[in-house]
Amino acid sequence: MTQPVQARSALPDISGYRLVPERHWGRWAAVALIALLLAGLARAFAVGDIEWTYVGQFLTAPAIMQGLVNTIWMSIAAMALGITLGVGTAVMRMSPNPVLQGVAMGYTWLFRGTPIILQLLLWFNLALVFPKLGWGDYSLRTVDVMTPMLAALLGLGINQGAYTSEVVRAGMLSVDTGQYEAAKSIGMTRLTALRRIVFPQAMRVIIPPLGNEFIGMVKLTSLASVIQFAEILHNAQNIYYANSRVIELLIVAAIWYLVIVSILTPAQMLLERRFSRGAGGSR
Amino acid sequence: MSGRPLVSIVNVEKHFGSFHALKGVSLDVQAGEVLCIIGASGSGKTTLLRCINQLVHTDSGAIWVDGELTGHRIQGHSLHPLSEAEIARQRLSTGMVFQRFNLFPHMTALENIVEGPVQVQGRPRRECEAEARTLLERVGLAHKADAYPANLSGGQQQRVAIARALAMKPKLMLFDEPTSALDPELVGDVLAVMKELARSGMTMIVVTHELGFAKEVADRVVFMDHGSIVESGSASEVLGNPREARTQAFLSAVLS
Repeated sequence: MTQPVQARSALPDISGYRLVPERHWGRWAAVALIALLLAGLARAFAVGDIEWTYVGQFLTAPAIMQGLVNTIWMSIAAMALGITLGVGTAVMRMSPNPVLQGVAMGYTWLFRGTPIILQLLLWFNLALVFPKLGWGDYSLRTVDVMTPMLAALLGLGINQGAYTSEVVRAGMLSVDTGQYEAAKSIGMTRLTALRRIVFPQAMRVIIPPLGNEFIGMVKLTSLASVIQFAEILHNAQNIYYANSRVIELLIVAAIWYLVIVSILTPAQMLLERRFSRGAGGSR
Repeated sequence: MSGRPLVSIVNVEKHFGSFHALKGVSLDVQAGEVLCIIGASGSGKTTLLRCINQLVHTDSGAIWVDGELTGHRIQGHSLHPLSEAEIARQRLSTGMVFQRFNLFPHMTALENIVEGPVQVQGRPRRECEAEARTLLERVGLAHKADAYPANLSGGQQQRVAIARALAMKPKLMLFDEPTSALDPELVGDVLAVMKELARSGMTMIVVTHELGFAKEVADRVVFMDHGSIVESGSASEVLGNPREARTQAFLSAVLS
């Protein structure tokens, strides 16, 4: 016969008692206060000097729509260039070759070390340095090549690459060295190991900050308005130079930025789920 | 045993900074032999194992695997370092099993095993998957083909790792303390797979603390201490009747 695990004690038997949920009085008070403040803010804007009909009217104006399209594709194109350069730079930085390491470090240093608006202006004014691009008969006037669009793409994309390389490098460092060793032990070269083993695991670490960077890029494209790239803020400004509805058109631009970012956030969550395969105990 | 040894280690030296990890180690392993290396941590046994498949590069000395010098090409009377791709090719003749399993966590058990044959050897996926299922059956995990490593116990992970190494059809299997990271009740399953492998004639070099396994399976036991081989002989000689004082001290510390 086995001994009882627990002796009968004098403590009260609470097995039949009702469990009372915790009341969060503080939270309810805070919600009421926030609602009150928001209502006050909404009223202030409603009675303020804003013609809301203009906001509605210009929200889908052709120039604004064209600017929206330009903002979206420039964000995607600059980010694609940034990710390509960033991955390449991170791989070079992590390589055993000191020359490649040096090139990668120099690139990151140069483009992280100068303001993005300065880089945009430099690309746009490249013609002042090199009036012609190319060799002999195969040369073009730089002012014809370096359009606002190309200057914006190069400025934003190359700058983004410098930041993305650090994000990618952090992701690569987060993968256990045992994974590199296991990949080598089945005969993989460094690049195959990176592609098949390291990057798929690093993505889990890379995607949240990269989503952050992408959202940043959507807003960063507005800086390209200074070099006449026809993105949404640039076109909104052009309209208010003509009709003086400054605040209304800035609100139009703000609404569209918020719409883009609101779509990107759930898209990022879907991507994160895709790359969390095998992590944790999920089946 | 006759003929050329499968592995020939000649006077290998290795430093890590000021730490002298291997002090002129020489060792031959015959084809089909099961060799167990025992010794305290820091004795150089794991480093020696990692030198054989070039995860660690030696300072000097030579390691020959299947008649081929590892890491260098001989040209006249000089040695030229091999390219990364050539080293990767040389590693195909050895399979390695790690203390921490190192399965690829983003792949299922089956995908882990198929990865090398498909990506490195470029063989057709279908054929490799059929072989992988046979290997999973051999290690007793046919029903876990589609499980991710996170859903496998340590012992199951290590058996998948053994199958992954075998899928490359290596001539030599290296085991780096394969049961040290396992809960005690899971050690038996992994050792059983290793015993079956030894009986099948595979050449094995096993760094281990499992003296029972060494006694039962090893053709030869090597005791290492402070970067040198102190004693080498049959399991009954080295474990049952050690000649060297350092071996006796180690064994009495382990067995007490």
